[in-house]
Amino acid sequence: MNGKGLATICLLLGIATNGLAQGFAGLGMQADGFEQVLPGYQFSFPEDHAAHPGFRIEWWYLTANFENEEGQPMGLQWTLFRQAGKAQDTATGWQNRQIWMAHAALSTPDVHRSAEKFARGGIGQAGVEASPFSAWIDDWSLVSSDGSFDQLTLRAKGDGFSYDVQLNASGPLVFHGDNGFSVKSEQGQASYYYSQPSLKLTGTVKIGETSHRVSGQAWLDREWSSQPLSGDQSGWDWVSLHLDDGVKVMGFRLRHEDGDDFHSGTWITADGQASPLRQDQLKLTPLAANTVEDRKIPTSWRLEIPERAVDVTITAINPDSYMKTLFPYWEGPVTVKGSHPGRGYLEMTGY
Amino acid sequence: MTNAIVSARNLRKTFPSDTGNVAVLDGLDFDLEEGTTAALLGESGSGKSTFLHLVGGLEVADSGELSVCGQDVTQLTADGLSELRRERLALVFQQFNLIPSLNVRDNITFQASLAGRQDADWTDHLIERLGLTGLERRYPEQLSGGQQQRVAIGRALAGRPPLLLADEPTGNLDEATGDTVLDLMLDLVRDSGATLLMVTHSARIAARLDRSFTLKAGRLT
Amino acid sequence: MMRHRLILTTLLSHWRRKPWQFVILLIGLATATALWSGVQAINAQARDSYAQAAGVLGGDDLDRWTGNAGLSISLTDYVALRRAGINLSPVMETVLRDGNRRLRIIGIEPTSLPQKSLIQSTDEAGSLADFVTGSGIALVSADTALPLPAILPPARVSDGLPPDTIVVDISWVADRSGRVAPDYLVSLKLSNADHLAISSVTEGRVKLQASDASGDLSRLTDSFHLNLTAFGFLSFVVGLFIVHATIGLSFEQRKPMLRTMRACGASSRALVIALSLEVLGSVLLAGSAGMVLGYLIASSLLPDVAASLRGLYGANVDGALNLQPSWWIAGLGMSLIGAFAAAAQSIWKAARLPVLAPARPEAWQAAHRRDLTRQGGLAILLLGVAVVTLLLGRGLASGFILMGSVLTGTALLLPVLASNILHWMEARQATPLSRWIWADTRQQLRGLTLSLMALLLALSVNIGVGTMVDGFRKTFLGWLDQRLAAELYVTAPDTATGLGLKAFAGSLPEVDAVLPIWSSDVRIDAWPVTVFGFEDHVTYRDNWPMLQTSRGMWDKVRDGQFALVSEQFARRFNVEPGDPLTLPSPSGGWTAEIAGVFSDYGNPTGAVMINATTLTENWSDLDQRRFALRVAPECITTVRDLLIKEGLPERSIVDQSRVKAASREIFETTFAVTLALNALTLVVAGIALFTSLLTLSNLRLPQLAPLWALGMTRRQLGWIELGRMLGLALFTALFAIPLGLILATILTKVINVEAFGWELPVFLFPLQWISLIGLALLTALVASLWPILRLQRTPPATLIGVFSNER
Repeated sequence: MNGKGLATICLLLGIATNGLAQGFAGLGMQADGFEQVLPGYQFSFPEDHAAHPGFRIEWWYLTANFENEEGQPMGLQWTLFRQAGKAQDTATGWQNRQIWMAHAALSTPDVHRSAEKFARGGIGQAGVEASPFSAWIDDWSLVSSDGSFDQLTLRAKGDGFSYDVQLNASGPLVFHGDNGFSVKSEQGQASYYYSQPSLKLTGTVKIGETSHRVSGQAWLDREWSSQPLSGDQSGWDWVSLHLDDGVKVMGFRLRHEDGDDFHSGTWITADGQASPLRQDQLKLTPLAANTVEDRKIPTSWRLEIPERAVDVTITAINPDSYMKTLFPYWEGPVTVKGSHPGRGYLEMTGY
Repeated sequence: MTNAIVSARNLRKTFPSDTGNVAVLDGLDFDLEEGTTAALLGESGSGKSTFLHLVGGLEVADSGELSVCGQDVTQLTADGLSELRRERLALVFQQFNLIPSLNVRDNITFQASLAGRQDADWTDHLIERLGLTGLERRYPEQLSGGQQQRVAIGRALAGRPPLLLADEPTGNLDEATGDTVLDLMLDLVRDSGATLLMVTHSARIAARLDRSFTLKAGRLT
Repeated sequence: MMRHRLILTTLLSHWRRKPWQFVILLIGLATATALWSGVQAINAQARDSYAQAAGVLGGDDLDRWTGNAGLSISLTDYVALRRAGINLSPVMETVLRDGNRRLRIIGIEPTSLPQKSLIQSTDEAGSLADFVTGSGIALVSADTALPLPAILPPARVSDGLPPDTIVVDISWVADRSGRVAPDYLVSLKLSNADHLAISSVTEGRVKLQASDASGDLSRLTDSFHLNLTAFGFLSFVVGLFIVHATIGLSFEQRKPMLRTMRACGASSRALVIALSLEVLGSVLLAGSAGMVLGYLIASSLLPDVAASLRGLYGANVDGALNLQPSWWIAGLGMSLIGAFAAAAQSIWKAARLPVLAPARPEAWQAAHRRDLTRQGGLAILLLGVAVVTLLLGRGLASGFILMGSVLTGTALLLPVLASNILHWMEARQATPLSRWIWADTRQQLRGLTLSLMALLLALSVNIGVGTMVDGFRKTFLGWLDQRLAAELYVTAPDTATGLGLKAFAGSLPEVDAVLPIWSSDVRIDAWPVTVFGFEDHVTYRDNWPMLQTSRGMWDKVRDGQFALVSEQFARRFNVEPGDPLTLPSPSGGWTAEIAGVFSDYGNPTGAVMINATTLTENWSDLDQRRFALRVAPECITTVRDLLIKEGLPERSIVDQSRVKAASREIFETTFAVTLALNALTLVVAGIALFTSLLTLSNLRLPQLAPLWALGMTRRQLGWIELGRMLGLALFTALFAIPLGLILATILTKVINVEAFGWELPVFLFPLQWISLIGLALLTALVASLWPILRLQRTPPATLIGVFSNER
């Protein structure tokens, strides 16, 4: 789950406070005619790779860890958000009221570059189609190379950086929570959430005028919902980890103002079997905080999953991986040390 | 002559006319001692007014030498001539030439003020002597001709100039008024120690001055 | 320093004795400054408004991109450019009429609008979504009157917007106008690579618009402002006539004083300095008063100016004056230049003033004769310039040069002509007295020359402008009747509604005919041209105001491939029936032949009429909301009600009489300003005449005294004086009529064509002339009354005194 997506869209909609009331109203409340996220949803592909105009918010979210020829660790992020003002807004032309937003970032131990884009729906400037899979905004795109969701080409560029990489799936799609029904709070906020965590990455990244041949791993998240977060949730911390033994871990912590944080996650075996990690099954604890952009941000974490004997330290490759976008947050590649070494991505909002 | 206040040598001045140029002054030699009062006599067209204008720096000679108050006026610029008039000379005309928008007192002090030599006591004395007491606030148009000329005389003497030039000062006045004005002027000139050069056509008036010069056809006779 | 002060106070003491002269000098200077700076204030205000209007989207920081020839840009091209990674943002504009105001609606696309642009920077993060989604937001300036029309989204005040300019989401404009293609794109300054990419992605269909800070509005309204400036300048010059006359007179009167001062040893340089300081002081005094007066004039004229700018050009000009310090400085500077120009002659004379007065009194007459000869020569030279300009000149500026040289040339000719006529009359008089009257009038002419010239200018400009305005009104009203032949005019909120209502109206038995008025906007050489599509109907055949036709014109246009163009279009491109015509169209260009030229008064842009089907076949981005209905007069209300019941907003349907009234109003306000300036000019000329007479009356005494001494009564002398003045005024007025007609011809046949693109027939209005002659006589009467009354009251002693004081 990417808390930032929700945060951003709450801001975009300007309804963060209204969301509080909606949150308590629970699932029965119809939010402006938008479809509700309910348990027992039957996913259908490739249709579900495309946009769901019946829902208010949605994103296509890719993070990747890789190295250049010299073995220097790097990471990239590419996110496409959709938010709708009204349900089933499938109008073409200027009448379409959906807003698309995208973020792109490239990080090395020394450099963190980011860019953002906005677009409106209905005119073809941004969108997502299922088959052949294609997600785009302006000249940024995540497009299928063979028509399927398994072979993708990702391109984006911003001030002083660009990337052009191939992604090949080596495992199945993974469904979080209860078969893709992912609960976000005790009050019942939820989203549909699935991932492709096993993507092999090869390609080229460019920082300044220097090109690097790179290879590594990528993780693609898909999530959509109609409800914003609970109003007393002040921020979130999220990780996606590629452990060296082939296991993947997704975990997040939604911070409550009263200190009673909500934890959730998914344990994914090397062959792609997913099992949910509930509130009491994983624990994320901040270790050291760095001052980034005048904020205290914990760029080092301890993750414990006692049932799986996991006790690792997660450390940012570059503590300055702050996204100076319209809605700022921290997001960057991390290394994992301890019981289960590996690498992954960390996202933190609300600091 | 050692202390000549006006000294001319071979002075020439011609004016254009319908029949060609007419020489009004034709090689005039002239000397006037400081402290004297002198009359300049001559018929109309004899050049006496022209000579007075040359001395007063109102016109410029064609050739010859002319020294006034020790200055070679033939060499002076327009500004130099203005300064000469302001600082050294005073002029009294037949036409009074008062400034109509200034009152009697301001008219009298005008030139002295211009030269930066205002002397209130001397001005009061002049006003009293000229019989203008009580008229100080009047404007020229409210005065008779004789009174106006007295104002003009007052203005000329207010700055105690070394040289006073007068061009028929009583020419516009009846004989009785003219005599009174002339008496006053001569008295005051003597009081102030100025030299007087007066153009007149009246031998009677000339007789009252220290000396007389008579011009004929642009030369002294 | 002391010396300069003494000379200055002595010079100034003159005014204490002649306070009225000083007042008149100040009035002249103040009026000149007032009229000029008033007009400049209006112009400055308008220019500010244009610049602000052009700068709504970031002004100079943003580049503007349009399709070829200023066409809109297809959505496909826009998206292709975005997908090529080029940061361009689309804009669509429309106009919304709300009662008397005209709201400029700018539709922006906030997600792509460059951050640097004004709107994004005033926007808060949270309102981006409000702007696009939901009910939307209408950004308005604080000085736009609320409420906005209900169809607009809720208003929110934003800094930096001009009045009556509203920024909404692009979808609102698209909805309302039924268009899809952006009118233009904006961008920050782009790299060369982006420029190349734009060209290659769109195959050259999208071009950078030549940058022009104030854009279309300033171009379209240039002529209007030039007109105002010309009239302001004319008034300025007339005012300076007064200044010149007064300064000249005071110089003449102070000549003896200046001579005395020189004799007392004041240098000519000191006199020049003192005279200049005097002029400077008057400028500070009268110029400042004039600026305040100008401000008042501008504020009272501005509402009318703003109304006509809005009506004619759709330009929103703030109705409240908001002046910069530069306006005050420039105005005072102009006053200073004017005052010194008017005083130059006197100052020059003072510098060269000999201490001794010239011995020969006849020199004065000789000088006057020389003056007249010189003036005559100058007049002929100026009229020569006029002829050359008429033959070779092009453009509005040369039109004004033509007008200026005719005016000044003729004005200079006036005294020469008058002098000769008086001379001629004098030679034919039998009695000495009548000979004296003519001779004396001729002598007086010198002192009156300037004010008579001012009167001539004011009268002839009044006749010229009056003839143009009345002629225009007459032509325009006739034209409106022809042009607005249909009974009802409908503008639907959007194209779909428009087409639906058109079909509905066609089905009504009460409706005799439905005439579509569809249009598409194109640009030719950056000039906006509207292409109208109409369906052939007897309404057009019977009524449409054609200037040039060709055989079978209406049939040819109905069959396509033929077009009618407006007079403005024909003049601009120098085309006539039979000439080919190519209009920019999405397919690259549509070619036809011109079949006729129609008159299109009041439209600053071009118009072309073609068959409606041809329009829909060749242009995609159409405005199809409008149509006209032919209805029997008794059915108008019924049809109107039926359409409103069908869902048409009441304000979207107007009947003929309302359109006519609105059009008339626009034109009346346009010329109200011109007429007001005209009237002011006449008043100034009256003051000039009054000044001259008043000051002359003092000089007149010596001339009248001998007559009095010869046995004429003061009453008789008074009548002679009055008759003389009225005679001169009548002569001037009669002279002004042909000059006024020449001006009217120049205005309608040259200036109007250059400024507005249309020509008008010249109609004669003799009644107007008679009233102006009456006005001139009245001015002369009033102006001479006071001096004559003074003469009546002059005590005999003063007249006697003339003899004793005479030199």
